[in-house]
Amino acid sequence: MNNLLDVNDLEIVFSRRGRKDVRAVDKVSFSVAPGETVGLVGESGCGKSVTSLAIMGLLPKRGVRLGGSIAFEGTELIGLPQDKLRRMRGRDLAMVFQDPMTSLNPVVPIGTQVTEVLVRHRDMGADAARKEAADLLARVGIPDPSRRLKEYPHQLSGGMRQRALIAMALAAKPRLLIADEPTTALDVTIQAQILELLKELVRESGTALIMITHDLGVVAGMCDTVHVMYSGRIVERAQRHELFAHPRHPYTGGLLASIPRLDQPRGERLEPIQGSPRDMLAWSQGCAFAPRCRNRVDECVGEAPVLAPARPDHEVRCYNPLGGSDDR
Amino acid sequence: MLRFIVRRLLVLVPVLLGLSIALFAWVRALPGSPAQALLGERATQAQIEMINRQMGLDQPLYEQYLRFLGKVVRLDFGTSVQTSQPVIDEMIRRFPATFELGVTALLIAVVVGVPLGYFAARRNGTWLDSATITGSLIGITIPVFFLAYMLKYVFAVKLGWFPNTGRQEARMLDVEHPTGFYVLDGLVTGNMAAFWDAILHLVLPAIALATIPLAIIARITRAAVLDVLNEDYVRTAESKGLTSGVVTRRHVLRNALLPVTTVIGLQFGLLMSGAILTETVFAFPGVGKFVADAIPTRDYPSLQGFILVIATLFVLINLVVDVAYGLIDPRVRVR
Ligand SMILES: Nc1ncnc2c1ncn2[C@@H]1O[C@H](COP(=O)(O)OP(=O)(O)O)[C@@H](O)[C@H]1O
Ligand SMILES: [Mg+2]
Repeated sequence: MNNLLDVNDLEIVFSRRGRKDVRAVDKVSFSVAPGETVGLVGESGCGKSVTSLAIMGLLPKRGVRLGGSIAFEGTELIGLPQDKLRRMRGRDLAMVFQDPMTSLNPVVPIGTQVTEVLVRHRDMGADAARKEAADLLARVGIPDPSRRLKEYPHQLSGGMRQRALIAMALAAKPRLLIADEPTTALDVTIQAQILELLKELVRESGTALIMITHDLGVVAGMCDTVHVMYSGRIVERAQRHELFAHPRHPYTGGLLASIPRLDQPRGERLEPIQGSPRDMLAWSQGCAFAPRCRNRVDECVGEAPVLAPARPDHEVRCYNPLGGSDDR
Repeated sequence: MLRFIVRRLLVLVPVLLGLSIALFAWVRALPGSPAQALLGERATQAQIEMINRQMGLDQPLYEQYLRFLGKVVRLDFGTSVQTSQPVIDEMIRRFPATFELGVTALLIAVVVGVPLGYFAARRNGTWLDSATITGSLIGITIPVFFLAYMLKYVFAVKLGWFPNTGRQEARMLDVEHPTGFYVLDGLVTGNMAAFWDAILHLVLPAIALATIPLAIIARITRAAVLDVLNEDYVRTAESKGLTSGVVTRRHVLRNALLPVTTVIGLQFGLLMSGAILTETVFAFPGVGKFVADAIPTRDYPSLQGFILVIATLFVLINLVVDVAYGLIDPRVRVR
């Protein structure tokens, strides 16, 4: 296979003595082709962040059980020794986190936090690294980069910090970038700029991107393929246009209905999904989404549905999908 | 930064004024007059009055205070009752010994305490962590006096590994001491035997004195490292694939050491009270022993001088700590 990343039956279980096991991710499989932008979408708590941390090898070593396989260019990452992982992280695969206010070291200048990647992965000397760091900051749209290099995180706004973090992530020209809700913590006006920047950078550099978000609106503008997650499992996946045109899972339908649209008739209210992610069933008892689902049928409680093709290149995990069974 | 230092130095003035008033009042309130202490139980009334006149004790209180203050400003703390020498001279003569002891103790506390706290945090929940927590609790609660005695008894008296009193062997008393810091003196004069001898004399008292600060520093470091390890920026650093050395030094320790720095400054007061006990046990001729001897002899001028000097040093050292803090943490600097 010539995929960049192949995640196969990934299982992540948090187990602590004296507490019940938490199955945060349950047999999740997906792939990322070189240069592709993949969306991982779902409400808070569905397992997006732990999936990305598992790929990066950043989950805590104690209290976590990993199952399945994560292969990057054919190299199995699960169980790879730490020193090998350290050489791949930042160089082959990199990550941008949710909160730029806390993701930068407050007592180290921005410049050092960029150059340390260059020194580590691109064998640069101090001078070359400083020059390259200034170029990188300029490329992510930070004005007056050589001055900014000497500044500390608290001297930058949230948007500028996220730009700096993106510069750090892309510094070693990774082939895969994971962005975990990179705009959630930012002002609305800044959000669009950062998304635009990411889109442009990955297109220019040919970097594959896993875009993690709870907002299908974000996915609409940039992703090639979209995987919708619910309670640790993928419940629907398709190409972006296919998914937006023919959402099959009631959960996806709910997410789409809650995006504000320009062509929406005036006065029509946005429809939120009823209930909260906490009202869910364990997958062992049926479909986790059943308690909140408008399309619920009797089969939904009992045995969980499997992820099955609904249309060409479109899979859904549902007994009673939207759009009826006519075009199945 | 300079403005910050000047402002902190100005704060020193009211602090020291307040302290001088407190000290003055304290000495006046003590039972047993200084004249009596000087002259002994059988002094006549006339003798006592003469001494009182000489020492200005017959003047109104506020005048006595102003005179006291005027002298203090000129570093004139009066004459030691014990030795009949100016107190300031006694201090200057003894201070290097205490400073050497204190610095060695603090060095031990930092060099052992910080790594201990760091590894305890890294191995959170393992036997090393539990041992550190328990050990530091014992270290904090064990009386310095008792510990000093035990160290002396076991390692000096019984095993004979270390000398049990003083700063230098009697046979080396003619060694030159240009700085008063004996370890340094040994190096400066190229007298390696004296250098080594001074170190041997320092080991036991320094360990006794280091125990409490070491325990506290280990605990604070452990707690701070545990906090920092959960910070997002450490995860960012890991996501960049930096070597574990760089992650530890640049991203974990630099942040975790901020609270530790503050605590090190605050240890100084503890160190001084500990020095009184330690120096007494080891007959270590420093300021601490001098003060311990000053109490039974009602050597008030020496006590006053000691407390004022220590208080000033305490404030100055904490200023240095704040400056160091500012150097590590840019957020403090801009303010
Ligand atoms: N360290 C942890 N210990 C126990 N459970 C955890 C831990 N981290 C995450 N989880 C659980 O894993 C699930 C998925 O979390 P996460 O991946 O952060 O969700 P999100 O999709 O919002 O990023 C949540 O139910 C959460 O409770
Ligand atoms: Mg998350």
